[in-house]
Amino acid sequence: MNVIEKIEREQMKQDVPEFRPGDTVNVHTRVIEGGKERIQIFKGIVIARRGTLLNQAFTVRKLSNGEGVERAFQVHSPKIAKIEVVKRGRVRRSKLNYLRNRVGKQAVLVKELSTSAAS
Amino acid sequence: MSIGLIGKKIGMTRIFTDKGESIAVTVIDVSDNVILQKKTQEKDGYTAVQVGYDDQKESRMNQPLGGHFKANGSGPKRVVREFRLDSDDQLPEGAHPGVDLFEEGQWIDVIGTSKGKGFQGTMVRHNFKGQRQTHGSMMHRRTGAIGCRSTPGRVWPGQKMPGQLGNDRRTVQNLKVVKKRPEDNVILVSGAVPGAKGGYVIIRPSKKKTGK
Repeated sequence: MNVIEKIEREQMKQDVPEFRPGDTVNVHTRVIEGGKERIQIFKGIVIARRGTLLNQAFTVRKLSNGEGVERAFQVHSPKIAKIEVVKRGRVRRSKLNYLRNRVGKQAVLVKELSTSAAS
Repeated sequence: MSIGLIGKKIGMTRIFTDKGESIAVTVIDVSDNVILQKKTQEKDGYTAVQVGYDDQKESRMNQPLGGHFKANGSGPKRVVREFRLDSDDQLPEGAHPGVDLFEEGQWIDVIGTSKGKGFQGTMVRHNFKGQRQTHGSMMHRRTGAIGCRSTPGRVWPGQKMPGQLGNDRRTVQNLKVVKKRPEDNVILVSGAVPGAKGGYVIIRPSKKKTGK
């Protein structure tokens, strides 16, 4: 194992659940406000994953008051307390940028995986 | 002035701090630095430490060079550099400087050879703006005027023109030692350093910024 891979593996979290584009996730982020730390949850559909090892990142999209909001997270950042998979989705591409052009119900509807396939 | 190390750029990665900030770091290998010779005021007229790095085949040595390494009890080395010191009593003890030479949080300068880009025009080499692409312009990426007319009747020295870009000795000042890893013999330096992966770099304590 080369040194860089070693450095990166040491910093990686062990408890990251498996999730893919199309899944709906709750991202628990640490927010520091007025010297106090609290957890804020960002819930939405994973529309992209990229990177390897320590450099993995993912983008979550949600509709907030009818307005599309996207946030990119670093998978192994200490700012992320937890990632929770709420729902599995079945999609046919790795980047779901087409969701940006969809409005209303279409935009939130990613076909759900049947429970047997999800497990 | 003080002694530094010779190293090899391994690559870049990132370090997450406790606060969750991500710091881009360059990993530099500093294993097997050997002090080959200590030059003294009395004998050589100046004070310096000669350091060697990276093993070399013995067949690549000529006799005088091979003998120089042998006399100092080290195998042949690929890179040999000197570090000047102010006076003789600053000469370090021991023969194998390593990661211990630097502390975490210390400011350093890194010297390397930048990546060669070949012969480049003024737009790439000096960030010239170029000219318009349309409206019948037939002058797109050219240099433009390089001087006046009969006064001075010549081009000023230092005029920016096309030429070789990169493959130059470059110093990056005021980088920080983010982390040391004695078990791997590497130093993690904040930000980027000149050159490609596998390129040789010189690490020395910062000339301008001292302390932590």
